[in-house]
Amino acid sequence: MTTPGPEDGTTRAPADTPPPEPAPDTPPPAREVVERRLHPVTPLRRAWAPVAVLVGWALHDPDQAQRQLTRLTTTHLLIGLAVLIPAAALYGFLTWWFTHYAVTGTELRIRTGLLFRRTAHIRLERIQAIDVTQPLLARVAGVAKLKLDVIGTGKKDELAFLGAGEARALRAELLARAAGFAPETAHEVGEAPARQLLRVPPRVLAVSLLLTGATWGTLLAALAVPTLLWLATHNLWTVLATALPLLGAAGASSAGRFVGEYDWTVAESQDGLRLDHGLLDRAHETVPPGRVQTVRIVEPLLWRRRGWVRVELNVAGSSNSVLLPVAPREIAESVVARVLPGVSVPAGPALSRPPRRAGWRRPLWWRGYGLAVTDAVFAARYGLLRRRLALVPHAKVQSVRLSQGPWQRALRLADVHVDTGANKTVTARLRGADEAAALLRAQAERSRTGRRDAPPDRWMA
Amino acid sequence: METGSPDDTGAADTTDAARTEPVWTGLPPGLLRMRRLLLVVWLGLLTVAAALLPGLFLGPLWAALALPPLALLVWGWVMLERNWRSWRYAERADDLLISRGVLWREETVVPYGRMQLVEVTSGPVERHFGLASVQLHTAAAATDATIPGLDPAEAERLRDRLTELGEARSAGL
Repeated sequence: MTTPGPEDGTTRAPADTPPPEPAPDTPPPAREVVERRLHPVTPLRRAWAPVAVLVGWALHDPDQAQRQLTRLTTTHLLIGLAVLIPAAALYGFLTWWFTHYAVTGTELRIRTGLLFRRTAHIRLERIQAIDVTQPLLARVAGVAKLKLDVIGTGKKDELAFLGAGEARALRAELLARAAGFAPETAHEVGEAPARQLLRVPPRVLAVSLLLTGATWGTLLAALAVPTLLWLATHNLWTVLATALPLLGAAGASSAGRFVGEYDWTVAESQDGLRLDHGLLDRAHETVPPGRVQTVRIVEPLLWRRRGWVRVELNVAGSSNSVLLPVAPREIAESVVARVLPGVSVPAGPALSRPPRRAGWRRPLWWRGYGLAVTDAVFAARYGLLRRRLALVPHAKVQSVRLSQGPWQRALRLADVHVDTGANKTVTARLRGADEAAALLRAQAERSRTGRRDAPPDRWMA
Repeated sequence: METGSPDDTGAADTTDAARTEPVWTGLPPGLLRMRRLLLVVWLGLLTVAAALLPGLFLGPLWAALALPPLALLVWGWVMLERNWRSWRYAERADDLLISRGVLWREETVVPYGRMQLVEVTSGPVERHFGLASVQLHTAAAATDATIPGLDPAEAERLRDRLTELGEARSAGL
């Protein structure tokens, strides 16, 4: 993390003042905690649910729906509407009315629940990532959803919906407080300026999807299976029942991915990495510094000639996993170096293969395995056609395990597993037994000491 | 294999010798006794049933059906000891080592600073035999660090010591 430069100072004035004390555990008495409500359109967020139920029923059983519709008189309709609409409106209004959030010195509090009250206290220095997402309709209404990733919460804590400007301001404030700015100044620090690192052109994204096996595989299945079924059964309903899900899967893996990963922008700011993407639904993700647990560089077979790779990352408690949908290898490696400071991606020749006898354990595939340990990362490669290189910084390793089955023992081989906090385990497969034992000892030592020069939780403090 | 005494604190020294040569501690014999007793009770019952029922109703030759469970009992008797012998742990200056398994060997290293929670559990049968197990949790769910069949006093000592060391060397995620 560098100190803010002069070009940053203009928009982020408090950063130039000497670093403030970390906020104390109790909120200072001078500033009162203000409880705020969500945006007033929030009650409408589930308005589509009854409509969807009706449409689903009508599609499921068209004949009966028609009959019921003709039987329906105006009075019935009016009575139904007179009961349903106020009830739904009241429910929506009450849930909105009883949902509050407040930002205190050290935590974000969310109070929800009409009958069953629930108060979530989210400690700001424990935030792993903050996402602002805007589904299509929310974009029309000018609102956004703020999602916080914290370790260990099964239920995602999110604020849906906030005004789009408010969501950005709140994100900036939360990040400023999490970074260690004093509570008095945190709300006026504003959004840290971002420096764009990479933008994926739509053409490259489209070509990369065309060169992905999964796209063609699902499309082929969606065409071939219904055709065969038609030849076998001549039953329209059977064919439709299988064709629709298959087409859906094909659409999701090609058009869906294109729409979701459209205009993928990676930017760097003091508050961490910013990922903005989406054609219809826009998502703005922020990963604060030092939160990335593992990075995976994926290299599908057909991309190799063009030198493209896909980069995935894991943050504890977060579901986001893509860092770059497609990028040339050198650029991807420079972005990885930004995400994991001080890490250089080991080149292919730097990776050591398992000993030759590993071929008896896993013929052919053993050639895809590789391992490199630098003073910053543990890197293991696997996969023959679709090559994947997983990187774990030593500071993020939670435990190290060595395992050896009977067949491996006969060949004097062993696997070394490295567990990280994002519930991902990276495995160096089929190493020589002596090498694995030495690796286990050395890796435990490196993991223990690797934490020393890691940035603090409050990265600006 | 060397088995040190349970109250070995030599591993806590920060000398280089302690760091390179872990002082292994084996499990007390109580766990082996419990497992063998359970084995004998269940497989013994099965053997008797397999010998008596066909032997009485179908003829004495059918009593040979008791041989497979008996063989299993003998084999299990031996395997339990081998498995019990394979379990060992070492408290080093900065991490805990657990090694186990005969056919499927596994060795786990957990740095003290990464521990999130230390648990001491003891089921009804284990309690009867005066046993308790210590389980370590880190932020990674895949971490599988359990030491079964410890003396309750030793389990508590280990828990307190691990907690203390964990606090001293604590690190975030």
